Amino acid sequence: MIKEIILMNGYGPYVWSAFFFTLTSFASLYLLTKLQLLKEQKKYIDKFGSLNKAKVAIVREQKINKEILLNTVITKI
Amino acid sequence: MLNFFSLSKVFEISTKSSKYVFVLFIIVLTIGLTEALFLSPEDYKQSHSVRIMYVHVPAAWMALGIFSIIAFLSISTFVFKNKNFFLISKSLAPSGFIFNIIALVTGSIWGKPTWGTWWAWDARITSMLILALFYFMYLLSWRIINNQNNAIKISSLIAIVGAINIPIIKFSVNWWNTLHQGPSLKIMSDSTIHSSMLIPLGIMTAAFALFSLLIFLMKFNTEMIRIKNKGLDRL
Repeated sequence: MIKEIILMNGYGPYVWSAFFFTLTSFASLYLLTKLQLLKEQKKYIDKFGSLNKAKVAIVREQKINKEILLNTVITKI
Repeated sequence: MLNFFSLSKVFEISTKSSKYVFVLFIIVLTIGLTEALFLSPEDYKQSHSVRIMYVHVPAAWMALGIFSIIAFLSISTFVFKNKNFFLISKSLAPSGFIFNIIALVTGSIWGKPTWGTWWAWDARITSMLILALFYFMYLLSWRIINNQNNAIKISSLIAIVGAINIPIIKFSVNWWNTLHQGPSLKIMSDSTIHSSMLIPLGIMTAAFALFSLLIFLMKFNTEMIRIKNKGLDRL
């Protein structure tokens, strides 16, 4: 039964390699995109940390900045 | 209505929804793979090699669909002078490119046992290769052009010119004598695929669409944070 699933009448190497390539491509793109997101979040946190109080107040006025900070903290947890 | 589409709201929704999309993608992909690899029947002519269809066809559909959306948004960028459309196009392009590569590679793997060759300069295959080159040029334009306005214009032009290739891909099997088989699924008439194969194909297409949505949401958030990073530099 297992041998039949693996060999697939001789078509096994073709079928399994096609599925393996697809899933590997998915995993690679997901990891690459996740890394890029984490890198930008880190850069944002570093820049935000180096701001003085007046600039922090300006940044906090914009709701999207609050969202980024909140989500970055959640991601790190 | 406008408040709903504010940048912060969009960011909030895209961040929260990406986690749910990821879980849903894993569930649908698991069901799809089980159906495609173990439960669906083998073809009377192609035997088990027909299972490659469950990754090849959805990948090709997604690659074509995503490029069509990018082209439509690029035209809208010029018509409505709205530069925010580029955020959506730029976030969609990576998954579209990967789907295009998957379609070409799995098609090549399928070609060997079916046609006896890994590659043929057939109309459908060649036009899909050209689409991959347009995807590559689109992504490259964002990498090498530093000025955002120029990058928007050039990438949009690449997408619009590349859109000419979309109907060529679609009708290539009707216009020319090709190795590639004709369409089995038609909007205006009955499908020639049996439901035992059509259902797994539908599930795998849904899984691929969810993966595309997941990558889009993550990429969209990355682009938004990148814009805000530039804003912090200007303070």
